Amino acid sequence: MAGATNRPLSPHMQIWRWGPAMAVSILHRITGNGLAFVGLGVLLYWLGAMASGPEAYAGFLGHAGAWYGKVVLIGLTWAFFNHMASGLRHFVLDIGAGFELKSNAFWSVATPLAAVVLTVAVWATILLR
Amino acid sequence: MGNGTEIGRVRGLGSAHSGTHHWLVQRFTAIGNLVLGLWMLFTLLGMSDHSFGAMKEFFGRPVPATGLGLFVLSTFWHARLGVQVMIEDYVHEHANKFAAMALLNLATFAGAAFGLLCVVRLALGA
Repeated sequence: MAGATNRPLSPHMQIWRWGPAMAVSILHRITGNGLAFVGLGVLLYWLGAMASGPEAYAGFLGHAGAWYGKVVLIGLTWAFFNHMASGLRHFVLDIGAGFELKSNAFWSVATPLAAVVLTVAVWATILLR
Repeated sequence: MGNGTEIGRVRGLGSAHSGTHHWLVQRFTAIGNLVLGLWMLFTLLGMSDHSFGAMKEFFGRPVPATGLGLFVLSTFWHARLGVQVMIEDYVHEHANKFAAMALLNLATFAGAAFGLLCVVRLALGA
């Protein structure tokens, strides 16, 4: 389309100063899509291995227990908790609460921090027992 | 039925004329994921034995197998809706958007069908 490149654009991400609400928003999208593409893939691998029998399941456990498997599983645990925490924040925002500047900024910082704490707690439970 | 009138608001119809259903189902499946995801997490954390025999014995039982099947349905449905939003935000060219949505639908149904079949085999198979 001729001249289309000169059309005015609405302000996009790079024009705003970064704040907690923007960070928690993009983290929600990144972790959600990460869970969709990687998490559901691992879920199907696990289900497929269990449905295929002891040998396939042993193969799954071998990968899951290796260092790269642990990296993926720890990443998925963090993504799950991050998406869960910011998802719960969305439920609060959905009822029209939590938009005041201070409380909005507070929960935007608190939700990803809670996710890190929960991830550490889960993996400490797994690795230290 | 636009953005402003009372009846338009009641029906939830903005200028796009749809989307409320997508928004609501995203929330319903989010609740499902929350409940079932935490159940899965605490179940796996609580099991001391993660061998094949222990897994088959537990997840082959009727109620855990149902939970596992519902987890597959809820997560795949939620992911289908979420990835759609990402495609709509980032893929603007019509042919590419159509192709991405077609691929998303096929992959979602294929993945969920495979997951459910695995659960059924675990519960009912040899």
